[in-house]
Amino acid sequence: MTTTFTLDDMRSIMGGCAGVPDTIDLGDDIGEVSFVDLGYDSLAVLEMAARIQQQLGVRIPDDAVDEMKTPQAAVDYVNRRLAD
Amino acid sequence: MTEATRRAGPRPVVTGIGVAAPNGLGTQAYWAATLDGKSGIGRITRFDAERYPVHVAGEVSEFDDTEHVPSRLAVQTDHWSHLGLTAADMALQDAGVQPAELPEYEMAVVTASSSGGTEFGQREIEKLWSQGPEYVGVYQSIAWFYAATTGQISIRHGMRGPCGVICAEQAGGLDVLAQARRLLRQDATVVVTGGTDASLCPYGLVAQISTGLLSPRDDPERAYLPFDADACGYVPGEGGAMLIVEDQATARARGARPYGAITGYAATFDPRPEPGREPRSNLGRAIALALKEARVTPEQVDVVFADALGVRESDLAEARAISAVFGPYGVPVTAPKTMTGRLYAGGAALDVATALLAIRDGVIPPTVGVRAADPACELDLVRSAARDGPVRNALVLARGHGGFNAALLVTAP
Repeated sequence: MTTTFTLDDMRSIMGGCAGVPDTIDLGDDIGEVSFVDLGYDSLAVLEMAARIQQQLGVRIPDDAVDEMKTPQAAVDYVNRRLAD
Repeated sequence: MTEATRRAGPRPVVTGIGVAAPNGLGTQAYWAATLDGKSGIGRITRFDAERYPVHVAGEVSEFDDTEHVPSRLAVQTDHWSHLGLTAADMALQDAGVQPAELPEYEMAVVTASSSGGTEFGQREIEKLWSQGPEYVGVYQSIAWFYAATTGQISIRHGMRGPCGVICAEQAGGLDVLAQARRLLRQDATVVVTGGTDASLCPYGLVAQISTGLLSPRDDPERAYLPFDADACGYVPGEGGAMLIVEDQATARARGARPYGAITGYAATFDPRPEPGREPRSNLGRAIALALKEARVTPEQVDVVFADALGVRESDLAEARAISAVFGPYGVPVTAPKTMTGRLYAGGAALDVATALLAIRDGVIPPTVGVRAADPACELDLVRSAARDGPVRNALVLARGHGGFNAALLVTAP
């Protein structure tokens, strides 16, 4: 059985390593909201990618991090790698 | 530039004060405690210091980082920046400055820092050693370095004018005010300045202990006794103060009420110590030059806020420098830092804030703890209780480890 990475897992990584935004609740429907609009800069996304790599053992190259514009995009990428 | 045009330049005044000190968070709490002689020095609680040779410090114990700094900002900044950001907010509010309403390139930020983000670095070093390099967080890259507080204040308030940091240990807290003054002569109209430090973690404390100047005593009331025959080193502390500096004309035009003006400043450097030769101090020259610039005579100075290292030879050198200008017992001298410990870059900025409050209220805060004043230090030390009386000119002295000296005069508005 393949492990899946959910949006809730992503929420917990975001809040845990990069802090909670002022303007939006992470519990809201944030899947398609861009990290920039959520208040996370590129360093924050790098930090999230590092935590995902450590927790799930999934390799995320830097150019893949650049492609992760939204939490859902990150979830989808991770799940594709988990299925490989 | 002729003397006349120079004199016609901006008159830098301080219009806002923000304080995060071990004996009071917020200007009012700090000032009330300071006048009462209430100390914020106690056992170190930020980490288990039992196995280290230093057990007491001045901690800003009321400060809750998560309450004062937004979550997104808190994760990428050190505790020292949290104290600085909070003090800057207080100072802006006190000055009535609304950054959103001012031209962004006319607002400058210059802070002093001496340790940088050591507590943040401590956590990351622990991850490096126990888990491996990939566990070190990305924010280490921006949280540790000396300019981080300046940068985060600048970003938070949209202040895009000249920004910088000065690292000259305790003297840096005065040097930044001189830099703020220079910026007013250029395009800046408002400068957020001052400094904080906070380095009470194992790595930070060990770095401080390496100077051999920290007090080994455990009794918070007997650990830091500058100018006392029983002096045994100083107690480290965390916190500091931020100040808003503007030109007097700008401040008046917007109806702000200045605490006082920066009227004189000088910095000097000590020569390298040589074996077999008594160390030479150039602090006296900094005092003389600062008074000269302000065109103030020694008789016109109402109080000196001493650097007060708490190390006998250094106390003696400072006492001699003061006596050489003012005469033995010639001017009231005080060291309210006996209630906070030495806050490094934050210490001199806090002394300037304290001097301005002394001017405002006509009272000199006390030096606490000193029982047996060292007779070799011929100083009129304001001891035990605050001393009432008008304060028009207050001189603040600061020395930074390694030979930095600075003297700054603040004058009633």
